[in-house]
Formats: sequence, C-alpha cells, structure tokens
Amino acid sequence: MIAPIKRRLGLSTPLTLSQREALQGFIYISPWIIGFLVFTVGPMIASAYLSLTDYNIVTPPRFAGLSNYEYMFGDRLFWKSIENTLYYTVIFVPIAIAGSLALAMLLNQRIAGRVALWTLYFLPSVTPVVAAAFLWLWIFQPQIGLMNSIISALGLGNGPLWLGHPGSSKPALIIINLWGALGGNTMLIFLATLQGIPKELYESADLDGAGGLGKFRYITVPSISPVILFNTVLGVIGALQMFTLAYVASSGRQQQFSPGGPLNSTLFYVLHLYNSAFDFWEMGYASALAWIFFVIVLAITGFQLWTSRRWVYYEGEDN
Amino acid sequence: MLSEILPAWRVKSITRNLLLYAVAYGLTIIFALPFLWAVSSSLKPVNELFIWPPQLIPKTWRFENYVEIWHVAPLARFFINTVFVTVFSVSGRILSAALVAYGFARFRFPFGNFLFLLLLSTLMLPYQVTIIPTYLLFKAFGWLDTYNPLIIPNWFGGGAFAIFLFRQFFLTIPKDLDEAAKIDGANTLWIFIRIILPLSKPVIITMVVIGFLESWNDFFGPLIYLNTPEKYTLLPGLANFQRVVSAGGQATERLLMAASMVMTLPSILVFLLLQRYYIQGVVISSGSK
Repeated sequence: MIAPIKRRLGLSTPLTLSQREALQGFIYISPWIIGFLVFTVGPMIASAYLSLTDYNIVTPPRFAGLSNYEYMFGDRLFWKSIENTLYYTVIFVPIAIAGSLALAMLLNQRIAGRVALWTLYFLPSVTPVVAAAFLWLWIFQPQIGLMNSIISALGLGNGPLWLGHPGSSKPALIIINLWGALGGNTMLIFLATLQGIPKELYESADLDGAGGLGKFRYITVPSISPVILFNTVLGVIGALQMFTLAYVASSGRQQQFSPGGPLNSTLFYVLHLYNSAFDFWEMGYASALAWIFFVIVLAITGFQLWTSRRWVYYEGEDN
Repeated sequence: MLSEILPAWRVKSITRNLLLYAVAYGLTIIFALPFLWAVSSSLKPVNELFIWPPQLIPKTWRFENYVEIWHVAPLARFFINTVFVTVFSVSGRILSAALVAYGFARFRFPFGNFLFLLLLSTLMLPYQVTIIPTYLLFKAFGWLDTYNPLIIPNWFGGGAFAIFLFRQFFLTIPKDLDEAAKIDGANTLWIFIRIILPLSKPVIITMVVIGFLESWNDFFGPLIYLNTPEKYTLLPGLANFQRVVSAGGQATERLLMAASMVMTLPSILVFLLLQRYYIQGVVISSGSK
C-alpha cells in the first residue's frame, strides 16, 4: 500500500537515519506548526487585508484603501487611548519592577516565617481580575469606602472620587494592579535570581569595605540585570495590553455607555480596539488598530532590547 | 541605654532586624486588607454596609449571604462551565505542548533552531493583533456561543510558554535512557509515552497549576465568544452577577463580595496545594535557573 506512494514521491530508497529523524521531528512539532499557521500567521495576513476594508460583519468587506488608517490619525479616541495607555505603562511598570525587586530583596533576608510571608504577598496575583476589581471598587467607594475613610481618619480631608473622576481613575487602576502584581511572578523570578548570586561576591565586597548601597549598585544590579530586562520587557507588553480591569471597572452599572469612562479617562488602547470591533462592529477599523498596536509593541520592545546592550551584563562576557 | 550594655555592632544589627521584621510583617496588612474587608462586607446585613466609620467586624453576622448568592444568579452553572472549559483546555495544552516539546528537544531537523526562535517570539505577540480574524474564523465555523473557541486552539501546541517549559524539562532527562530503549527496539512514540512522560510528572503538575489559573481567570475569550448568560464561565459570570444583583437598585456589595470570595477560593486553594510546582515552573520559564 505505502510502497507505490513512496516510489512516486521518489522515496523508493529507504530514508537515511537523519532523514528519518527529521521526518519524525516534524511530525511531533506539527500540532504547533498547524496551530501557528491557522491561529497566528493566517489571521495576521487576514487582519492586514481587513484593515484595508470597510467591514461591518453583515455585508461583505468592501475595499477602502488606507482610509481606516487616515481615519485613525484623526480619531480623537485613538489618541486619547494612546495617551492613557502610555500614562499607565510609564507609571505602572517602573513601580511594579522596583517594588517587586524590593520585596524580593526583603524576602531574601533571614526572616522567620519567610515562606508564609511570601505566600501572603502572592495571593493577590492569583485572585481573578474581576473579583479583584469588585473588591477594590468597593474599597474606592468615594463616600463610605475604606480608602477614603482612612484618608479622612488621617486628617487628609476628603479623598478623591477615584473611579468616578477622570483625574483619579487611572491612579486607582494602577493601585489595583500593583496590589496584584507586586508579590507575583516578577517578584518570584527576582527572588530565585537573587538566591543564585554567589555569596563570595558580597563577602569580598565586605572586605573591601563596601556599603549596602555600593553592594547593590555593583554586585546585585549587574548580577540580575538580564532578569530585570526580562521582567521589564514582559511587564511593558502586559501593561500595553491593559484591558480586563478597565473594562470591568468602567462598565457595570452604566451599560448604555461603552466602557472606558469616566470621560474616556480609562479608555486604553485595547479597550478602544474592543469597542470598535465588538461594540460598533467596525471590523476593518479595528483591524487597522490591531496592526498599529502590533507595530507599537514591536517598536517599544525592540527599543528596549536595543538599549539593553548598554546596561545588561551577561555572565562570562568581558566588558 | 541600649548602647551602654551592648557593643555598637550588636545595636546596629538589632535595629536592622527590628526594621526588617516591621516592614516584612507590616506589608502583609496591605496585601491582606482587601481580602479581609471583602470577607467582612460579605458577612454584613445591608444596613451595616454603610456605617461610617467602616467597621471591620460585623455586628450581626449574616452567613445567609453565602446562601443567597447561589439563588440570585446561576453561579453553580458558571462553576460547572468553567470546570468543563478548564479541564479540556488544560489537558489539550499539556498533551500537545509535551509532544511538540519532545520534537524540539530530541530531534534534529532542518530549520529546527529557527522554528524554535519563531515559537519563542510569539510569546511577545499580543493576542489582540489576531483577535478579529480569529473571531471571524470561529464565526465561519459556527463556533460562536460554544466552548470550542476557548478549548480547541489549546490542542495545537498549547502556546509558546507551555512548549518552552516542557522542552527545558526534557533537556534535563538523560538521553541514555532513550538510547537504551532504542536498542531494545522501542520506537520514538513508545519512548515518549513510557519513558519521557512518566519522568515529567513535576512539570506536568506545574502546567496543570499554571494552565488552571490561566483558564480560570480568562475574561477576554469568554467575553467575546459567549453570548448566552447560562453558558458564561466564572469571570464574565461574575460581571454578569454584578449586573443582575444591582438591577434592583438596592445595595448589593454584601452579595458581590461573597460571590467574589467564592470565585477566588478555588484559585487560592489550587495555588496553596501546588505552590512548589508553580514556583518551579515560573523559575524555569524565566531562564534564571
């Protein structure tokens, strides 16, 4: 049965060992290759095409040239969403990275009950985002919420309206996500890395009379710099994708509005994309937004990797 | 004075330790307070929710809140749906990721390294980039409002992260074991099933925890693919729960907090039970070990 097929394919000579190995390897990785083509490459090509069309899902796509992109650059909400997303990323990521590192350094000390402490710090990060959103919306309740009660008990006057005001809505979201992020995976990765730094490095620094800050600057930071880069790159990509928390916090009771309020102050890029696609069913425009998003993420990631050569130190490399 | 009875370096180390413990244990308040506050609110009757200043300990304990939540919305249904989706997506992820990782770890083939780099680069590809055509594709398949879009893609490799994790682990399994089996006439699939997989229990459990948490906490997928509220999984279900209970206009935070805590509990339990494996996975994936 198989022999004639083999002959026709020119495989009448038995496969060499390495050919057999290659064939088997391809068979094993084929689920991923199929998935990659069907769920990644295909959709990327399709969305490039769709971004050049007018498509409302009901009538077939109509070619529209670059009009979606032209519209985008004049779209006030597009620029607002970029501004909101950058605001969030620029504030959230540095605090999350520095805070996680500080916590990891804290837990790297000899403290009784370290494991229990770590577990407790970590629990917010396994809390489902929607549940975390509701917990915190209740805490941020402007009149009788816990946060503003504490603020006024400290004699700091009336607290802000938090998610009810465009001036305080993004800081509120940042606080919520920091609660979920500080003790999470980033800290875990830092902690594992810190434990891998050879003790001798610190001991010889002690002999040279180095202070705590000096040891941090000249031993800790260089030793963990690849991991700082890793966490920062992934942290930025994650922050640019901010969606669920903003969606839940700003929808809910005002179903008649698209999420992203108040006054579009929590309209992040992906939320704008979501509204365009699944609220207004402008699939062509949303595809254009998706492509520009891809370009933005690629550019920001590339920039970080490029500048990292100046400050990331890899072991076994001479600088 | 302390400095009169103890040498200076002892004083310094004692103050340092005091400070260390104060910070480390003080921080637990910040991380735990939202939970405590939610549990406290979830046990209060309506009239106690709006007392000022806020009270952490309820005056009357209303445990009935935890009974009521199951009646006001199909919460049990959301749980069952989520378990269904989670079981089938996590098992698909593990099986297919292990197979693909085996291919990458044990076989040499043309473009092997290139394909692996390509795979890793998809880690940085935001899923939103492909979401619209993917949605249209599933719509063409007639999969909208079914669980297929949430489950089936997981059976095609299970994602770059899972493959990477398995491959890193397989590389630590000595190749001599494969060779010995090969001399006994075993084929590669047999080696995978009888030798590699049984040795991979730790990494499989790691993927169970990580996969569970990801599936359990998925919001975007169910949000766009599921329309019928009875089909919702937990996260859109909880968002839906909020809409249902607040439609009456009465203060419902007690129920919302109760439902939020009930939905958080499985994640916390799974994490606490399998913590060790979770840590291993995250550490391997960062390449820091």
